[in-house]
Amino acid sequence: MKRYLPAILLMVCAAALIGVGIYLRQPESVLHKAVRICMECIGLG
Amino acid sequence: MDRKKIRFGIQAASTLIQNANFKGFFTGKIYEGASKSVCVPGLNCYSCPGAVGSCPIGSLQSFLSGIKFKFPYYVLGLLIFFGAVAGRAICGFLCPFGFLQDLIYKIPFYKKNKFKIDRFLRYLKYVVLLLLVIILPMTFNLTPFFCKYVCPEGTIAGLMLSAADSNVRSALGPLFNWKFILLMIFIITGLIVRRPFCKYVCPLGAIYGFFNKIAIYRMSHDPNKCIHCGACAKVCHMNVDPSKTPNSMECIRCGDCVDVCPKNALYLGVKKERKVPKKSETV
Repeated sequence: MKRYLPAILLMVCAAALIGVGIYLRQPESVLHKAVRICMECIGLG
Repeated sequence: MDRKKIRFGIQAASTLIQNANFKGFFTGKIYEGASKSVCVPGLNCYSCPGAVGSCPIGSLQSFLSGIKFKFPYYVLGLLIFFGAVAGRAICGFLCPFGFLQDLIYKIPFYKKNKFKIDRFLRYLKYVVLLLLVIILPMTFNLTPFFCKYVCPEGTIAGLMLSAADSNVRSALGPLFNWKFILLMIFIITGLIVRRPFCKYVCPLGAIYGFFNKIAIYRMSHDPNKCIHCGACAKVCHMNVDPSKTPNSMECIRCGDCVDVCPKNALYLGVKKERKVPKKSETV
């Protein structure tokens, strides 16, 4: 358990960050960006 | 089944799952479902007609380069979570562009993985991460610098979209030509050097590298079993010496070193804690 403690702590922090992100509706921002063709990404920007 | 075959199977399955919108390859239309609100662990452009998830680097830049700055809690949380679980094993097992580079390297050609400037070129990916993914997008709004000027995954997405859609094809210009030249450089270099993009350019690999030492899935080295034959360092295509730094930031957890070790001194995976006395303590 001690061997993996830093990773477990980081996972808890990550879960907290994801929770805050979901509360701030950030997955919707990700979706909004990802459902349109990104002109810059494909080299048309 | 040996480790190489298992890894190949996981890489192929991961690439297919992350690009499961097969219809898009023929229609030239990208997937618009809810799964795109989740970032995939590897580098996979969300403008690829097959992509069913979002690219973490593209999403990170879209937050940082927005007109109104938003701290990317969600994307950062996902990146930290993936890193804490697997570190750069994601590069070795789950990244579609890493898989493509592994396939390219299988083509018989002149191979050379160890050369002088390799050590210095390794730092380039941290410069790319800081400058093109973080600093410049934060400074100049609405410009995802890494995606726009470097990312070869986006160029592949552009090639696929232009093959299926004449409107995209007719709009290709100088920027695409630049990105296409870069993609060709990565492919041609990839014939000689294993995974040049991962080694020298990939900002995602740079991020996951920081987690290699503490990730749940990591490497252990037993100094009592090691006979210092150097077989592990010799077989490593990422130029790591696993007997000295088993959890180097460069290691992508391919497991080639584990397979060649004649004394089973290397172990890759989740291991129960066990106190190993050092050689000096046993004498």
